[in-house]
Amino acid sequence: MLDILALIDELNTKFNGSLKASDDGKAIIAEKGEIKPLLSILKEEQGFNMLVDITSVDYEKNFTVVYHLMSQSNAELIRIKTDLPPENPEIESVTGLWKSADVMEREIFDLMGIVFKGHENLKRILCPDDFEGHPLQKSFKLKIQNRFE
Amino acid sequence: MEIEKYKLENLVKNNFAITSLEKIFDFCRSNSLWPMSFGLACCAIEMMSSGNARYDISRFGYEAFRASPRQADVMIVAGTVTDKMAPLIKTLYEQMPEPKYVIAMGSCAITGGPFADSYNVVNGVDKILPVDVYVQGCPPRPEALINGFLELRKMMRNPKIAKVKKDA
Repeated sequence: MLDILALIDELNTKFNGSLKASDDGKAIIAEKGEIKPLLSILKEEQGFNMLVDITSVDYEKNFTVVYHLMSQSNAELIRIKTDLPPENPEIESVTGLWKSADVMEREIFDLMGIVFKGHENLKRILCPDDFEGHPLQKSFKLKIQNRFE
Repeated sequence: MEIEKYKLENLVKNNFAITSLEKIFDFCRSNSLWPMSFGLACCAIEMMSSGNARYDISRFGYEAFRASPRQADVMIVAGTVTDKMAPLIKTLYEQMPEPKYVIAMGSCAITGGPFADSYNVVNGVDKILPVDVYVQGCPPRPEALINGFLELRKMMRNPKIAKVKKDA
């Protein structure tokens, strides 16, 4: 079983102690600017070579982006979370590390409105291109757009 | 005057021949519909299972699912139609050769289903296509889809039953 706290202590030597464990002890909470170095260290040195999923949550006071990584040689799963401010949610893209992050980040941009800097092709993937708004935000108001009547 | 009487008789005879030939064609077409499956969501699984061994639609002649609309007779719209998919369905329907039919399978294709008041969903495929048979259910059982096919077959052989009856 993966010992999250020991892993955090080991990584905190490089990050000056700014990584924390989450309340239930199953995830690493990082600052927004440290996500890309943290994920590249986890990928190259700790052996978490596979990005399983990127997803996001809308708590009304902030957004959270959640990354799940998996280590195929050790058969372990780890979760990394980061908080973003609600008025300007931006974070750096991890498409340089994993190509599969491309479509996942497009989906988060389409449905939740979080902008990923450094992504080459950040456009809508599920909603039509002329859709206004981001549907899965808590502040989204459903407008009856009858395109086909 | 006599030549004209013969012309009229020949016309009547020829017309009778044409109508009965159409009936034979309709009979043959109704026994061998080639569906173009437009499986969009969960109803597609029920459609696939109706094509498998237990609820066989091959005994009616309908098992040849074609991928291309140019080779298909009936389009089974199985699943939720989104705003992004709707122009594509219209294009594919227009590419099918006549005579063509549409079966709307499942409540999402009939009126939008459980997602009727969501962003991005077209409330029923009959807003963009003319539908011949509606198969209810969420998802409809394979037997219900087979019943829908048989209703379509009845309608093809005898188009008058599809007319709306005036209430007496």
